[in-house]
Amino acid sequence: MLNRRLFSAFAAVALMAFGSTAAVAQDKSIVVASTTSTQDSGLFDHILPLFKDKTGIEVKVIAQGTGQALDTARRGDADVVFVHAKAQEEKFIEEGFGVKRYEVMYNDFVLIGPKSDPAGIKGTSDITAAFEAIRAKQALFVSRGDKSGTHSAELKLWKEAGIDIDAAKGEWYRDIGQGMGAALNTAGAMNAYVLSDRGTWLSFKNRGDLEIVVERDKRLFNQYGVMLVNPEKFPTVKAEFGQSFIDWLVSPEGQGAIAEYKIDGQQLFFPNASRDPS
Amino acid sequence: MPDSMTAWELIISGDATLYAIVRLSLAVSLSAVAIAVVIGLPLGALLALTRFRGRTALIVLLNGFMGLPPVVVGLTVFLLLSRSGPLGVFGILFTPLAMVIAQALLVVPIIAALTRQTIEDLWHEYRDELTAMNVGAGGRMATLLWDSRFSLITALLAGFGRAAAEVGTVMIVGGNIDGFTRTMTTTIALETSKGNLPLAMGLGLILIVLILMINAAAWGVRVWSEQRAG
Repeated sequence: MLNRRLFSAFAAVALMAFGSTAAVAQDKSIVVASTTSTQDSGLFDHILPLFKDKTGIEVKVIAQGTGQALDTARRGDADVVFVHAKAQEEKFIEEGFGVKRYEVMYNDFVLIGPKSDPAGIKGTSDITAAFEAIRAKQALFVSRGDKSGTHSAELKLWKEAGIDIDAAKGEWYRDIGQGMGAALNTAGAMNAYVLSDRGTWLSFKNRGDLEIVVERDKRLFNQYGVMLVNPEKFPTVKAEFGQSFIDWLVSPEGQGAIAEYKIDGQQLFFPNASRDPS
Repeated sequence: MPDSMTAWELIISGDATLYAIVRLSLAVSLSAVAIAVVIGLPLGALLALTRFRGRTALIVLLNGFMGLPPVVVGLTVFLLLSRSGPLGVFGILFTPLAMVIAQALLVVPIIAALTRQTIEDLWHEYRDELTAMNVGAGGRMATLLWDSRFSLITALLAGFGRAAAEVGTVMIVGGNIDGFTRTMTTTIALETSKGNLPLAMGLGLILIVLILMINAAAWGVRVWSEQRAG
């Protein structure tokens, strides 16, 4: 019958194509739930091959916002989390889902906005004053709105500026619930302000009329941490391989690999591992 | 995939990453369609030829499920396959198999519903003859499926189109892992989020061309076998 013949043809094609992927699945590998900023900036493309050369362990990265990445780990679907929202990370440890938190590196947030600068804040280095001006002028602002590390940082900055954003938000405040890249694309399309990590901004290709308007305020500091998911909660966690990855990240070799990653001559992430976990 | 290259340069240079992504996309979607064929054809034929209480409701349900939102199917499969979910022990979340399962769930209603309609229409034509010849239920199903095979190819293509074009489920259950579960559609979404719009557009064109080629090939098979069948 044609049906049977069609089916075998499908099966043959499928098997052929799967041959290669199935082989990969059996290798030593771990799943790392991380953030869009580490992936979109190209950092993982740079450091993961170095780690694999040394240990033979393949790292499979699921790039999500920090909140979602931690939730993925809370369900036992990741071995390691590599994220950037200290308060959320500490909660994760307190709940018993993480073993230890290691600080790995930092970069900083930058406030991106249109060259026309409708809020008139370009050049200031006071981020909370800039946020106040945006609100006062009702200038368009794009929020990640996805519980990511960047979203957490943005909410903290509104608070530090003395603004209750839930009460103050209006048509000017566009909560899009998406990743960093999507937020930058949206801000570009509507000439809005948006808070971004510097790494994603530097590697972002569709800048249009956007540029950095505020940077280098110490409140824009952005710390990344890494944690092994607790194998006592989830016996399926590949604790040995996961810990090797963490140990490598905070070792002089891993720290060096992070430091040497540059785009257009600019360093994106600054290693600052303390050998003792916090 | 090198950021600086255009989609065209990637094709010309035979970029290994691009070809691996294309191969994975086809493997996942074709496998999903194969599974859906095995389930959907008999299910559709059975629904067309049998009468039972609740049949109409089932048909409406099946037709409605042709429009299942991929993101909901993705979320459901995600929760089932998660380590904390009922099927977590198998550890297949974030693998190509998870993507096949999710896409198959999207495609089964399409193939089953279209098969049901096709077979039921043909049954009205064949009823007297098959009844007179005293053909049993299994024989009727086989005869009707065989004689409507050319129309059913369209059902398969509709199913394949759905599977190959969707991004919502594979993103959720596959995780878009580089070199492992990254498909054409999730790559396009990723490159878009990196602001790499020309590359994303180029990859989109490649995907459209691939789907067109598969449809053309299916059309060729249909014409060829119709001629052979006389």
